[in-house]
Amino acid sequence: MRRAFSPFNMVSVALGLAFLYLPIVILVIFSFNDSKLVSVWGGWSLRWYRALLDDSAILQAAWVSLRIAFLSACLATVLGTLAAFALVRMGRFRGRLAFSAMVYAPMVMPEVIIGLSLLLLFVAIDIDRGFWTTMLAHTVLTMCFVTVVVQSRLMWFDWSLEEAAMDLGCRPLRAFFTVTLPLILPAIAAGFMLAFTLSLDDLVIASFTTGPGATTLPIRIYSEVRLGVKPEINAICTLMIAFVAVIVVTGSLLAKRYGAAETEEPRAAPM
Amino acid sequence: MTASAARFDRWYRRLAIGVPYLWFVTFLLVPFLIVLRIGLSQTELAQPPYSPVFDPAAGWQGIKEFVSALSFANYRTLFSDWLYLSSYLRSLTVAFIATAILLVIGLPMAYGMARAPRWMQPMLVTAVILPFWTAFLIRIYAWITILQRDGLLNDVLLALGIIKEPATWLATDTAIFIGIVYSYLPFMVLPLYAAFEKMDDTLLEAAADLGCPRWKAFWLVTLPLAWPGILAGCLLCFIPAVGEFVIPDLLGGSQSLFIGQTLWTEFFSNKDWPVASALATLLLTILLVPILIFQRVQARELEER
Repeated sequence: MRRAFSPFNMVSVALGLAFLYLPIVILVIFSFNDSKLVSVWGGWSLRWYRALLDDSAILQAAWVSLRIAFLSACLATVLGTLAAFALVRMGRFRGRLAFSAMVYAPMVMPEVIIGLSLLLLFVAIDIDRGFWTTMLAHTVLTMCFVTVVVQSRLMWFDWSLEEAAMDLGCRPLRAFFTVTLPLILPAIAAGFMLAFTLSLDDLVIASFTTGPGATTLPIRIYSEVRLGVKPEINAICTLMIAFVAVIVVTGSLLAKRYGAAETEEPRAAPM
Repeated sequence: MTASAARFDRWYRRLAIGVPYLWFVTFLLVPFLIVLRIGLSQTELAQPPYSPVFDPAAGWQGIKEFVSALSFANYRTLFSDWLYLSSYLRSLTVAFIATAILLVIGLPMAYGMARAPRWMQPMLVTAVILPFWTAFLIRIYAWITILQRDGLLNDVLLALGIIKEPATWLATDTAIFIGIVYSYLPFMVLPLYAAFEKMDDTLLEAAADLGCPRWKAFWLVTLPLAWPGILAGCLLCFIPAVGEFVIPDLLGGSQSLFIGQTLWTEFFSNKDWPVASALATLLLTILLVPILIFQRVQARELEER
């Protein structure tokens, strides 16, 4: 029998969620504010969204950010999935401890350190900083999140399915692509989306590793915000929130459709 | 196993272990060794802006000269200048207090979530994760609008008659605490929720049957069992908070700096790469113990289920 959901429990959850959502809701509402003063309500209007369309610097930065996020999320998904397989499926191998240490390190390592060290690497091997260096740097950060997401799915994976396919004469590579991959696809997709949004969001690492001509959206927003709050920033932030929300909702719907059949009863990995 | 399966197995092993390994060595290990090495160099008005520069063409003699030119001068600077030490201390203190506040707020919230009806729980978890998906910078920016002098917080407090004059929120430590607590709350709540959720409720019933009051059962049964989750949550908040740059920079004042800001200034404004590298090395050294503990907890959580 489960213990009751007491009023105290209910209030603490409600307050916590209110704290998490209130600032975002306020930001979204004020992006439709007609007044030039950020905190004075002047009626509903879309003028800041129109102003945004004329702001070519911000649009360009957004385009750079989207491309970086997409490419780095693709790379991070491949690398992160491989690393998750290495951790779950490979048993013991030489240097496993160092391997898992390096998977978890970027999750907590201060971003200034990741940014600085990668910049110094790019300088040392004499690569011009810009789009590609930022893309690589974001992959360093995001691939470990992909690894953790995919790894926790693989922990529950029923490997006998793959073995059954191979016992029935399926080639290993084919068994992987027709049995294993479709089953873990929701986790891989979740990892991809997480990597994508983390890259879209990053200011610190990009500031170190980017160069002329590759200003990302967060760098642009940051330099505007330092000069003071501007209503256009509310508008671009709202658009970013909406964009990410659409991705997340589509992703979870897809995951539900795809994963409903096999996530109902998590099974312990027979290892 | 057939020959082709064995061959596939070998090939697959090499790929899954080798590729990420190579990646980690190139983009984590080597960069860090470079930071270590530049921390031992001197600033130069040149390209690259530090010396000595290693010249492989000079052979053995070159290596000897290179090594003898390295020095600990930057570290002596760090330890003799109060500016640097005080920013380390400030980052550590603020991160520590913020983690404590996070625990106080996160604990009842996570506990409540674990107690919620089963059908509601996945939705609550999604609700906590969702803000984490919306950009960090945006969430900090949202607070600027609320906390500024003619912002919403002052409007509300004035309207309620709690304060008579607009108070200063922005550029204070309170704003930094709000920023950290707000942005890191999901990191605290999720591991705690995971720990509470898998707990066996019959243990609490047993405690109650034996006459243990509820608060005491929470203290003696629930908390010790949730300990790995509590530790993971605290470290997941504390470690990045120490190195935080955006929150103190946008919400905090300019009088005293976080170590992330000091490093940023040394690098971008003063162009002193060696001192910035030494600062990074020292910061990582300080955080090494918490990072190692976190990795142990994380590895155990994921691998010994």
